[in-house]
Formats: sequence, C-alpha cells, structure tokens
Amino acid sequence: MSKHEPVQLLDCDVEAPNAHLFLGPKIRQRVPVAVTVPRVDEEACTHCGECAQACRFNAIASLPNATVVYDELCHSCGVCAAVCPSGAIAEVKREIGVVEIGEAGEIGFVRGTLNVGEARSSPVIAAVKSYADRSCTILLDAPPGTSCPVVQTLRGCDLALLVTEPTPFGLHDLKLAVETVRALGLPLAVVVNRDGLGDDRVDAYCRAQNIPIWARIPHDRAIAEACARGERAVETSDALQSAVEQLGHRILEMEETAR
Amino acid sequence: MKPPEVVVLSGKGGTGKTSVAAAFASLARRPVIVDCDVDAPDMHLILRPEPLSHAPFVSGHEAVIDPALCGRCGRCAAVCRFGAIVRPRSREEPWRVDAMLCEGCGACELACARGAIRMNEAQRGAWMRSDTRFGPLIHAEMAPGAENSGKLVALLRRHAAEVAEDTAAEIILCDGPPGIGCPTIATMTGADHVVFVAEPTESGLHDLERVAELAARFRLPGSLFINKADLSAERTLRAERFAADRGLALLGKADYDTAFTRAQMRGLTITENGSGPAAAALREAWSRLTRALAQRRRTPPALRVL
Repeated sequence: MSKHEPVQLLDCDVEAPNAHLFLGPKIRQRVPVAVTVPRVDEEACTHCGECAQACRFNAIASLPNATVVYDELCHSCGVCAAVCPSGAIAEVKREIGVVEIGEAGEIGFVRGTLNVGEARSSPVIAAVKSYADRSCTILLDAPPGTSCPVVQTLRGCDLALLVTEPTPFGLHDLKLAVETVRALGLPLAVVVNRDGLGDDRVDAYCRAQNIPIWARIPHDRAIAEACARGERAVETSDALQSAVEQLGHRILEMEETAR
Repeated sequence: MKPPEVVVLSGKGGTGKTSVAAAFASLARRPVIVDCDVDAPDMHLILRPEPLSHAPFVSGHEAVIDPALCGRCGRCAAVCRFGAIVRPRSREEPWRVDAMLCEGCGACELACARGAIRMNEAQRGAWMRSDTRFGPLIHAEMAPGAENSGKLVALLRRHAAEVAEDTAAEIILCDGPPGIGCPTIATMTGADHVVFVAEPTESGLHDLERVAELAARFRLPGSLFINKADLSAERTLRAERFAADRGLALLGKADYDTAFTRAQMRGLTITENGSGPAAAALREAWSRLTRALAQRRRTPPALRVL
C-alpha cells in the first residue's frame, strides 16, 4: 500500500510482537512505558487499612505494622491514594514495557513490547497507539483473542480486518472475533488465509452474516516456507501478491468513500 | 494428592497447540482436561463435550450511574483513569459508563457527592464442567471483550484440581492461551510442567523465547514439541539448540502436515484419526513426556534443576 500513499504500521501484539521480523525497521527512538503504582510512606502510615479495603484488585495488604503493595495486581486506578486519610500514599512510575519508533523504507513503524513477567498489556498498546500518525493510512497488527488487549487495539479504528482459516478452529474463533468487533460497533471484513485447506463453512457463515470476504490467500506450502524464513511472502507467491494488492485497493477505496 | 498438572503453551497462536493438547488427552490415563484459552477456546471442537454443569463467571465490578440521582457535575469523569465515563453530548442525554472500558475500581463511586454511582457485580461469561470420551473437561465462554480472563483461568484450574481429586485423575492437562500476559501467567502459576509447541519460523522462535523466559521465572520445568519442522531445517535446529540450552526435554517433531486439519474437520484427535507420521510423532512425544514426568517425581526436590 505504501506505493500509493503514506502508511504506518503499529504492532499492537505487544505480548508477541513479530512485525519487525518481516519489515526490518530502523528504530530511531525507544520510549519506556510506565504505569503508576502506590508507594506507602511508612513514617506517615497509621496502618488504618482504608487503602486495602478500598482496593478492588487485592493489590494492597494492610498488616498491623506494614502496608504491602503487590505491584503486578495494581490497575493504577488511584483509589488507594484518594482514600488514605494520612496522605501516606504517593504514586510512582513502574516500567512495564517499551515502545520503539522508526521506519521500514517508506513505512512508518511503531512497535510495543511488554516486559516478560508483566500481566497487563493494555497500557503498552495504548502507548503504541499514541504514536499514530493521522496523516497516514494506519495499519494495526492486533493481538489474538477477544479480551481487553484486543478491545484496546480496536477502539477508534475504522475497520476490523479479520484473518481466518477455513477450518473448524478458524471458524469458531472468527465467530468470537466478529461478536467482539460488533460489540464495538466497527465495520468488518474477512480475509481467508490458507484457502482450500478445509471446507466452505467460513464462506457460508460470512454469507449468512453479510460479512464481505475481501481476499483469499491460497493454501500454499511455499508461502509458509517464506514466512518461516522471515521473508515477505508476497515475493514468493503471485496469488498472495494479488490478494494483498486487492486488499490494499479495498482499504483505499474505503478511505475515499469516507472522505 | 494432586496429580501433575501439565500446561501446553506456544507464545503464538496457530502453532498446533490445541491439536497437541487434544492428542495428549486421548493418550493419557484418567486425565482431567482444562481449556485455559478462554478468549478463543477450541478444545471442545475436538473433544465434543457433554455438558454436566454450567455456572456464571462473576468477577469484579462495573460502575452504573443512576440518572435520577446524577447531578451532572462530572467529578466521576475527572477521577476515572480509564476514560470509561461517557460525557453526554446534550443536556437531555444522561451521563453513563462504558462497560467495556470500566475496570471496576470504584474511584467514581467514591468521588460522586450524590451517591449516584453503584458498583454492580459483573458477569463476564460462564464456565462449564463437561464429560468427554477421554475424561472430564473444564472449560469456559467469555463475554466478547470481557475483562478478567486471568481470574477465569484461575477459577477453571481450581475446579480442575477438585475434579481431579474426586475422580482420582492421574494427570491434569491444560490447553493454554497465546501470549505472555495475564491469562498465560494465570495458567502457569502453580503448574508442574509446561510443554511448548513451536514452529521453526522467525516469529515462532521469537515468541518461544519470550514464553520460555516467563516459564523460567516460575521455575517451571518444560519440554518442546516442534510442529511443521520441515518448513525450515535450519530453524528446527535452532529450536533444538534452544531447548538444550534451556534444559527443555525434546519431545519430538512433526512435519507440515494436513493431518492436523483433517482430524480437526472430523472432530477427532490426530492420534484417533490415523496412524501417519504426525500421529506417530505425537505418540512418541507423549511417551517421552510421561517418562520425563515420572523421572521428575522420583528425583528428590533438592536435586531438581531447572
């Protein structure tokens, strides 16, 4: 798509970011992502236990002589600091990941990486999205699943492109993804990957649900091998090349209509 | 005594994790099976469970604004750190909460001077206990876009441990979620062994490294099964070296094979659906895994190494 107009790629799959392996971007800026967690001033703390009682995430334990914070459970909501009658709770920054910004040729590139051992990927995804360049067509590589990280990625987008396989697992996960996208009220389209591998139940489902299939990528071992090597598989398969071009046109068309 | 709990993980989706876990379920003696991939559970498509019980998954809270009491001051929006309070666009429209953004912290309830905000318990889905041809299956359905998937995983595993005790199960097998975040951490906590299913691709190796690092922090012993091994001989070798460096037992490998899809289409495990090379590789992997688990049980804890 970058042949036609400026494009930016945001890798929002921060638990398993992989887009850089295919694009080989030059990174020119690294920005740590931090969340706030409470720090208790033991001098000022009276061990009244109000903070522990107010915290709905069980992230604070109030003991007779100490107040213990479990950083990993904290959602950074600030309730503990707000309820503390002695003003003993300050909020400090804790790093949970990093955002890297750069370019891969013509393509603007941003990726987020969640530190191993951290549970909450949503703040890292939000940080990645804060670097979105609205003058470009922005492509977001979303995490798998249907819960908070996916919702965080989808919010504010104009289209959800759901990539599936024509198999029972593919169809089942597609249905869950469609429900999630619809709950957010976004338009959606489907790409069938490894077309010809299984059966036509994905097609039947999309017809029944009025979901357009924008492209089909054939089931082809050569594509899988190119991906394994971390290559851009479009250079290996003409069928893939034309499927991707078709997708690019559809997206540009959609943008034209929106304007 | 709780039987060993083995979790199957991949870091990345689409590596064949569920197919491997299902094959293990069909080869195991008296297993309890848990589908911890609560975002996109697929195990039931192979195991075709008969539901025995079904219960709502209630976890955390959601703020609700009572328009009759709301004084429209906007204090709730000022304290909410998740942008979950939706400002009305006109005087007629009420102030409300976006349930998908609300994390249930209660900051708005505390800030509201008129007591117009209630924190309701939130139903995020349902969990089920079912029967399958291999043994009990504990699984769940999440509401689309729901929070607290880690808590749901923890709940499934607690019930699985109870069922395992009641049925004198010999092993608990968990099909894990992709990624390394909250549901994966909830799947690993307190487990006994992790099986990684990885593809010899650039992205597959990258994701394997991250999920293996997470398991190492839990001091969780592990093993590796390589799927689609013939896609890249060089990267298969790299995966094998990685396993050796990290002390992961090598369970074996399967080639890029439509046997995985063919079994899936019939709702069968690969080992039930045929006796080709993929089925043979999985049988061999299972016997290596059971040997590794037995050996570990015989080794005194002081001598155990990562």
